[in-house]
Amino acid sequence: MSSEVEKIERREGRGIVVRGDDIDTDRVIPARYMKSISFAGLEEFVFADARRAQDGTPKDHPFNEARFEGASILVVNKNFGCGSSREHAPQALMRWGIRAIVGESFAEIFAGNCTAIGLPAVTAAGDDVAALMDVVELDPASPVVVDLTAGKLTSRAGSAPITMPAGARGQLLDGSWDAMRTLLAARDEIERKAGSLPYPGNFPAR
Amino acid sequence: MGESLFNKVWDLHAVRELPTGQTQLFIGLHLVHEVTSPQGFQMLHDADLGVLCPERTFATVDHIVPTDTHARPLADGLAEQMLQALERNAKRHGIEFFDIGSGDQGIVHVIGPEQGLTQPGMTIACGDSHTSTHGAFGAVAFGIGTTQVRDVLATQCLALARPAVRRVEVDGPLGPGVYAKDVVLHVIRVLGIQGGVGYAYEFAGSTFDAMSMEERMTVCNMAIEGGARVGYVNPDETTFDFLRGRPHAPAGDDFENAIGWWRSMASDADAPYDDRVAIDARQIGPTVTWGINPGQSVGVDETLPALSEFPDGDRATAEEAYGHMGLRPGDKILGTKIDVAFIGSCTNSRLSDLREAARVVRGRSVAPGVRALVVPGSEAIKREAEQEGLHEVFRAAGFEWREAGCSMCLAMNPDKLVGNELCASSSNRNFKGRQGSPTGRTLLMSPAMVAAAAVGGRVADVRDL
Repeated sequence: MSSEVEKIERREGRGIVVRGDDIDTDRVIPARYMKSISFAGLEEFVFADARRAQDGTPKDHPFNEARFEGASILVVNKNFGCGSSREHAPQALMRWGIRAIVGESFAEIFAGNCTAIGLPAVTAAGDDVAALMDVVELDPASPVVVDLTAGKLTSRAGSAPITMPAGARGQLLDGSWDAMRTLLAARDEIERKAGSLPYPGNFPAR
Repeated sequence: MGESLFNKVWDLHAVRELPTGQTQLFIGLHLVHEVTSPQGFQMLHDADLGVLCPERTFATVDHIVPTDTHARPLADGLAEQMLQALERNAKRHGIEFFDIGSGDQGIVHVIGPEQGLTQPGMTIACGDSHTSTHGAFGAVAFGIGTTQVRDVLATQCLALARPAVRRVEVDGPLGPGVYAKDVVLHVIRVLGIQGGVGYAYEFAGSTFDAMSMEERMTVCNMAIEGGARVGYVNPDETTFDFLRGRPHAPAGDDFENAIGWWRSMASDADAPYDDRVAIDARQIGPTVTWGINPGQSVGVDETLPALSEFPDGDRATAEEAYGHMGLRPGDKILGTKIDVAFIGSCTNSRLSDLREAARVVRGRSVAPGVRALVVPGSEAIKREAEQEGLHEVFRAAGFEWREAGCSMCLAMNPDKLVGNELCASSSNRNFKGRQGSPTGRTLLMSPAMVAAAAVGGRVADVRDL
C-alpha cells in the first residue's frame, strides 16, 4: 500500500472502448491466468480469450489495436464486471494502463475493488456513454477528462454528468480509498466491538 | 416498527460511521482460500502488520485442487506453490487451516457451514463472490476483493456503504423434479442479473421455509448471479437443528442461549423493506440456462425466445449468446446433445444434491460419448456419500467419482472443457470461457437434471424419468 495519502480528483487521458453489456470478470481475466501468488504480469492477459484465438492468433479487439495504445480511460456499457469477485480483473486493467472507467453501470463487487485500488469507476447516462464511445472510436487521440470533483465528463462529445456511489467518491476525493489505515485508526473501538458481540461463548443468557 | 435481519446485523456490527458516510463494519468470520489471499497476505507483510483476529479467520484450499488425486506435491507446480503459500501464511499467523488430507478440506462455502462456523447474525466475508451462500443461516455474508481481504486480515473490518433490502417472497410448494436450483434460476430470470445491484436479498416465504439448509445454501449461493452481493434466509428451527453439535457451533448452555439470540435477529413481522417482490412457486419448473449469463434461462419444456421478445437493451447480449452457444431462437432446449456432465461446485455438491442425482442415475448408464463426473464439495461429504454407497451408484453408471474441490466450475485445476464441448452443469456460471475452454458451452441446471442429461446424452426433463 502507499504510505502517502493520494487524493484522486481527476483523470485525463485517451479513451478505449469495449462495447457490450454484462462483460463478466471471467472475460476480463480468465481464471487460468490467476494461478499465481502475485498480480504481476496480469496486464498481458487482460481480455485474453477475446483478444487471441487458442492458437495465439490475434483477434479483432480494442486492446489489440494500435490506435488505442496508451489509452487510460476505458469506456464500457452496462453491468461491467459482473460475476467473480476477483480483484485480478481491475488489477489487470490498471496494470495495462487504465486509470478510470466510464460505464453505464457496474457490478457491485467489481466497483468496490476498483475503489480499493484507486481506480475510479464512474457511471454516465446511456446516451452520454454512446456519444463518448463514438468520439473515442472516431478520434482515439482526443482527450477524455473524468472530473470527480465537478462530477463531470468532458470529451470531444462535450460535457456530461457522471455519478458514483457517494461513499466511494468520498474515499477517492479524500484519499481514504486504500482503507486499511483509516480502519485501523479505530483499533480501540474494534476491540470493544469484538468483545461485545454475541458470538460463541458470549451469548446473552436467557 | 420492527427491523429486518439485515439491518439488525449491520447495526450490531457497525464500529463507527466514516467521514465518507460509509460504515466501518466489523467482520465476525473471515474465510480465506488460496487464490485471492496470497497477494493480501503479501500486502499485509509489506505494511509490517499481522492478522488482527486469527481466531476469527479460517482457511481452506479449493479452487486449484486437482480432483483426480490429492497427492502432494500437486502435479501442477503453480498450484502447489499457491497451496504452499497458504500453508505458510496460515502457520505464520496462527490461522486454522482445513488442508487437503485433513479430512475437513472442501469448497470454502461448503465447509464453513459443515464446521458450524457459519451462524445466524454474523457478518462473514471471503474473497469469493459466492460467499453469499452463508446467508442461508441468516448471516450477512458477501464476497470481497483481495485488497479488502488484506483490510479484514489487518483490521477485521471493511469500509462499506449500507445496501437497500429487497424481500424476495416465494410461496407455494415445489412441483416434482423442481429443486432449489430451479427456484434461484427462476428468481434471476425474473429479476435480472443486474436487478440485485445495491440490494441485499431476503429470501422469504413458505417455499424457503420448507427448504433444508442445503437447499437454502443453493439459493443464497446464486444471489450474486442476480447482482445481489448478499442473499439470506431468516434463521428458524431448520437452521438450529443443522447447527446443533457441529465442531465450531456453540455447545451446551451456550447453544441454548444462542438459539434465543439468533431467533431475536430474524426479521420482525413488521420490518420495513426498500422493495418487495412476490413469486408463485407453482410457476417454477425444471429450469435450464441456454445463454452466457445465468439470467438467460427457460423452463425445460419451453422453446428458446425470439430476439424480438427481448427488451432493446438485452437483445445484443442475447444475439451474442445464441452465437456462442450454437443455439437458435425457437429451438427446444430439451433434447440438446451434451458432451460433458458435471455435478459439483459450491452451488450443488452437498450430500442431498448427490443423493438426488444418484436416485436418477441408479440402474442407468451414462450415454456413450458423454464424460460425466461427480465432485463432492468436501472430504466429509465424500466420506458420507461413500458410507451410503453413492459412489458405487455413480461409478456403476459410468460417472467418475472424484476428490473434493471446485473442479470444473471455474477450471483453475485440470478439470476443463475442451474445444466447444457442451456441458450440463450443476455449477453457477455459464459465462464464456468459464469452464476452461474459450469456446466451451455451459448449461446450468439442478444436479438431478444433470444426471438425467448424462444418462440420456441430451437435455432431458427429470420429471419424465
